[in-house]
Amino acid sequence: MDALLLSLRLALCVSAILLAGGLPLAYWLAYSNWRGKFLLEAVVALPLVLPPTVLGFYVLVAMGPRGPLGKFWQSLFGHGLAFTFEGLVLASVLYSLPFAVQPLIASFESVDRRLLDASAVLGASPLRTFWRVILPLSIPGVVTAVVLSFAHTMGEFGVVLMVGGNLAGVTRTVSIDIYDHVQSLEYAEANRMAIVLLAISFAVLSVVYAVNRQVGRQIGRRLWTPWAAN
Amino acid sequence: MDTVGGELNVDMLTASVQLQRTRAGSTPFLLDVSLQVPPGITILFGPSGAGKSTLLDCIAGLVRPDAGRIAAGQEVLFDSQAGVNRSPQTRRIAYVFQTLALFPHLSAEENVAYGLDGLPHEQSAARVEEILKAFRVEKLRARKPPEISGGERQRIALARSLVTQPRVLLLDEPLTGLDAELKAAIVDDLRAWNAARRIPILYVTHTREEVDALGERVIAMDHGRVISTGTPVEVLEAPRHKRLAQAAGFENLLGGSVVDLREADGVMRVRLNESRCEIEVPLGYAVVGDRVRVAIRAGDILLATSQPHDLSARNVIEGKIVAMEPRGTLVRARVDCGVDFIVHLTPGTVRTLELADGRHVWLVLKTHSCHLVEE
Repeated sequence: MDALLLSLRLALCVSAILLAGGLPLAYWLAYSNWRGKFLLEAVVALPLVLPPTVLGFYVLVAMGPRGPLGKFWQSLFGHGLAFTFEGLVLASVLYSLPFAVQPLIASFESVDRRLLDASAVLGASPLRTFWRVILPLSIPGVVTAVVLSFAHTMGEFGVVLMVGGNLAGVTRTVSIDIYDHVQSLEYAEANRMAIVLLAISFAVLSVVYAVNRQVGRQIGRRLWTPWAAN
Repeated sequence: MDTVGGELNVDMLTASVQLQRTRAGSTPFLLDVSLQVPPGITILFGPSGAGKSTLLDCIAGLVRPDAGRIAAGQEVLFDSQAGVNRSPQTRRIAYVFQTLALFPHLSAEENVAYGLDGLPHEQSAARVEEILKAFRVEKLRARKPPEISGGERQRIALARSLVTQPRVLLLDEPLTGLDAELKAAIVDDLRAWNAARRIPILYVTHTREEVDALGERVIAMDHGRVISTGTPVEVLEAPRHKRLAQAAGFENLLGGSVVDLREADGVMRVRLNESRCEIEVPLGYAVVGDRVRVAIRAGDILLATSQPHDLSARNVIEGKIVAMEPRGTLVRARVDCGVDFIVHLTPGTVRTLELADGRHVWLVLKTHSCHLVEE
């Protein structure tokens, strides 16, 4: 159960960080007219196509005692970042970034521009327009962003293995635990864990679709899901 | 020069705007207009794509012109030379969009109160109350826009814009899709509201009916330019541009060449499209041989089944009906006189005169029903 609790803790931290950071990042990506924007869009989407081991490898190198992140962390806290919970959170944030940012961008972009114009001519600042118009009309996208980053973090394997290793109670997450059990031919234990993960994933997606229905009916908009994008 | 609590405001909106736009997949669009909007309703009329909405966006501060100057009374909102470009938030220009852009997640009352953020609650509540009553939508306060019917949505959008006590109101075809009675009722309420305040209202439309219904003053625009200014009669009854004539409902737009000038009579004769058919039209700037274009309303043409004599009308043209089709309460007849004329008839006329395809007829046109238009 340690592994499950650890995974839950990790997923909660990661989705909270991604929500806080994803809102301004997605706002900027949705509304900026900067020419080089596509570069940042590509960087944000990179974890979707990159093998987790590749991402994990570079994060590990960066976090290592000679890497820039590792050195920085060492100077701040007196210990390294690799094979720690904090390091795992950082790597997972990067890995789940597109799952949080893309639904947010999609729902921000689908807000009718004339509503933003109307808000501006009525005297509202861009920040007020964001809180009073864009965000309320993007609730389905926000829910999707949180739920997907949570679920994606719960299930990740490759990045955790590369960056966190397999330290019980520190970095041994559910999927690593399942892998260990299978390696040791403990199929019953593996099954117990796997079924919990399956149940959680199913519950989470049910919530996404239920919210989609409810909120979608109220504000006349559909929810963004990665498998229904475009 | 600001209005304080509804004091008299006699400030005029003046705008001169130049904007070059290159849109993907279309020809570059150049907006180059200068206009003055005095207090009261001024109609901005023109076919779609004339640049009317872009002009409103520039005035509201949503689109930045390349050059020009926009001022409300003495207050400069945009001046490319002086480097002034006030944000839309600080211009105090109200703008009702074609789509209305009511916030779908807020109630009617919350929509109306949206622009009163800085005011203390009691003051804002009183203002909202007053304007909801003025536009007769106080019963809908708790409803959200998707649950409100057309006509009432327009009223709420007007209330939301006007509750902020703007110094100019821009309306971009806000009443499109409503029937004439509903439109008239809303416009009456708008006029009543503006009677005490006298702010300039710029009302965009591309339909002639609205110009007739509202008309105090019309500015006609096409291809990004102002092409005429005046009363509806001056601008629309004698349109000087082909596209404007089409938009204003001139069914007959005939090309021809000048064959004779009679300056003493104030008329000239025009041969239509290389045919034998000649008509007399009011004298224009032309010399013999010039190509001109003549606009005639289908409803201004009389039709006779025997050759008429002793008429004041100077143009009697012989022809044959080649097609007739019912269009609502009228019948649209096509008459071949060497060139085709469209003539509007009533179903009663068609019955009494026993009109049918192939019938030999005479068309009668007054000289001053024939308008010369430019391309």
